[in-house]
Amino acid sequence: MDLGLSETQELLKNSARDFLENESPEQLVRDMEEDEAGYSPELWSKMAEQGWQGLLVPEEHGGAGFDFLDLCVLLEEFGRALVPGPFMSTVLGGAVPIMEIGSDAQKAEFLPRIASGDVIFTLALTEPSARFDEEGVQAEATVSGDEVTFNGTKLFVPDANVADYMVVAGRSSNGVTLGIVATDQPGVEVTQLQTIARDKQAEVKLNGATGQLLGTDGGGWAALEPVLNRYTVAECAYLVGLAQMDFEISVDYAKERVQFGRPIGSFQAIQHKCADMVTDVDGSRFIMYKAAWSLATDQPAEDTQMSVNMAKAWCSEATRRVVAHGQQIHGGIGFTKDYKIQLYFRRQKRAELAFGDADYHRELVAQQLGI
Amino acid sequence: MDWSDSPEQAAFREEVATFIKERLPDDYRGSEEGGEGFSGGWQADRKSDNPHAQKRAMDWADALAEKGWVAPHWPKEYGGAGLSVMEQFIYNQEMAKSAAPPVGGMGVSLLGPTMIVHGSDEQKAEHLPRVLSGEVAWAQGYSEPSAGSDLASLQTRATRDGDDYVINGQKIWTSGAQYADWLFALVRTDPEAPKHRGISFIVMDINTPGITVRPIVDMGWNEPFNETFFEDVRVPAANIVGEENRGWYVGMTLLDFERSGISGAISYERNLTRLLDYGKSEDGNKHVRQDWRALRHEIAERHLEIGVLFNFAFRIVSMQNSGMVPNYEASVNKMFGSEIHQRLARTGTKVFGLYANVWQEEGDHSPMSAEFTRDYVGSVPHTIFSGSSEIQRNVIATRGLGLPRG
Repeated sequence: MDLGLSETQELLKNSARDFLENESPEQLVRDMEEDEAGYSPELWSKMAEQGWQGLLVPEEHGGAGFDFLDLCVLLEEFGRALVPGPFMSTVLGGAVPIMEIGSDAQKAEFLPRIASGDVIFTLALTEPSARFDEEGVQAEATVSGDEVTFNGTKLFVPDANVADYMVVAGRSSNGVTLGIVATDQPGVEVTQLQTIARDKQAEVKLNGATGQLLGTDGGGWAALEPVLNRYTVAECAYLVGLAQMDFEISVDYAKERVQFGRPIGSFQAIQHKCADMVTDVDGSRFIMYKAAWSLATDQPAEDTQMSVNMAKAWCSEATRRVVAHGQQIHGGIGFTKDYKIQLYFRRQKRAELAFGDADYHRELVAQQLGI
Repeated sequence: MDWSDSPEQAAFREEVATFIKERLPDDYRGSEEGGEGFSGGWQADRKSDNPHAQKRAMDWADALAEKGWVAPHWPKEYGGAGLSVMEQFIYNQEMAKSAAPPVGGMGVSLLGPTMIVHGSDEQKAEHLPRVLSGEVAWAQGYSEPSAGSDLASLQTRATRDGDDYVINGQKIWTSGAQYADWLFALVRTDPEAPKHRGISFIVMDINTPGITVRPIVDMGWNEPFNETFFEDVRVPAANIVGEENRGWYVGMTLLDFERSGISGAISYERNLTRLLDYGKSEDGNKHVRQDWRALRHEIAERHLEIGVLFNFAFRIVSMQNSGMVPNYEASVNKMFGSEIHQRLARTGTKVFGLYANVWQEEGDHSPMSAEFTRDYVGSVPHTIFSGSSEIQRNVIATRGLGLPRG
């Protein structure tokens, strides 16, 4: 039993922090809010040189062969630096499903190109019903041999504007069915949404879009569950890093901002908010890592499922409390566009909502408690 | 990171669990929550008028002594089990899972570790063995009517007179003093010095002439605390532990011991599970409110919080195990744990609707022997003693986060 990082993880964390402080500064984050693509191809290539897109990918397919826990250490740093772009879409929405479900040929075709940064992926799961469960998948899938054709509308698809491929979930007569669909075809129509986090999410209309069948006809939902669990915990890791940074900025501000002739951080009203923030940040971190550890080490399925739902239920709400306190501590300056703290506040909401908020996951926890 | 036991840890866990199964009588499990004529704590049972309770307390202490486990965290050279921090963590988890009453009270948990660090050889030889044998139980005299959160302002005065100190003043909230044989206390030995630097840590026989212990009846009709009065109490100067006027720092060693621990998370989880099991039982069906489903998310939230609390305790031992010294982390654990305790009690009472009125333990109208109602009242002090939640937040903010003191 141990709660510390391994030496490799320490190294990964430290090098990621240094790298991202230089390569993903606040100005880049702001620029990407207004940018059409929403990411920097230059940074994307540099990240690939670090081996990050392929961190989870086995070495035989050009990756680094790290485990999911290691990835979460990295994603904490992504949250801290608010790294813009399709990294999570590509890794969690592309590499992970292909690693989990793909045929040997599909692994050989896609994984090396993901690891090298040559392709961008995303996962097209949710629809206008905005559900995360099996019922939510209603787009029509028609299987013909190794091919699958989709008709319907996917909504809230991250980074669809720049993705080369989408892992699409549709429904055939046999149930949920997945396909790898190239976006560069007439049957794919992407309409960008403007979002609270100024990230890139889109409505994707599929009108006879065709791609490779991923997994089996009707076997899509069972295959997706481990993918979604990983994606969910990855969002928690991002939230932990984001909340940690929001907290640090706020504590620093409380030490510097003077009112009534003394730093506001000397007032208990502010101190107690800061104490609650660190409690929420740390609590989120460990419950997230417990879920990541469960997934990475293949703990019994029931325990793992409970850990994942607990992590997202807790992190969604606890990090929301953190960024709310962050705004309050900053007072007036905090709600200006120019000051950085609002960048964290808006992005927290995106990740809170992704794959279900606290209420959604708390319901799943309640069900698993048998109530 | 690893939440699972190594093979050695698993073997030790098994050893502890087996020992408890073999040596702890079923009717003494959960005795801290009362029932069966027990008094709500080992220290009280040991002096109980009920011969059954007294026997259970002594037998359980003997069983642990035989195994060398009365003081798991003391070094072996002082008669402790010399367990590593990780073994203590496992030991405490298993004890809490079985609702085994901790033995030895404050002598084991607080006095012993402090004396081991600061005591003279003579003091150690005199006191430590008698704690381990269960012969002497200890109480703590820190708080005073005018020195609560601001403990360092304490005024109980110890004046040097030859080889003795003469003590005058009053302590309050002295837990279990009515069942204790000895008392350790913080007293003011130098009224001229700055407040933290004129305090000494002193031990005394509680039957010394001039000491009066008067129980305080709490809002749950129990008497866990006392007022303790000192009137010209003569205590040998040799009974000071550590240096004279350095008692504040000697005492703070104790408070850090007091703020780590896993038993809260384990026992809250056990109580939550028992609540859910009871709710599904035939008897539970009669007492759970008809619209209890409105509380499903609240119950789930308690489960989440307990999971978070477990990790906070785990973090402390994990840090200690890697040679780090926890700083604000122990305060987070105490604050968060005590607040969960109250929320869990509140959720438990909500589940029972009007039946949450019932205080009596026996009868058809007492769901789970009224334990959640009793805990709703009994958990009130938890956010107050050993540093209130507000003090803990101050500590986290100043000591932990480096915010300027107000």
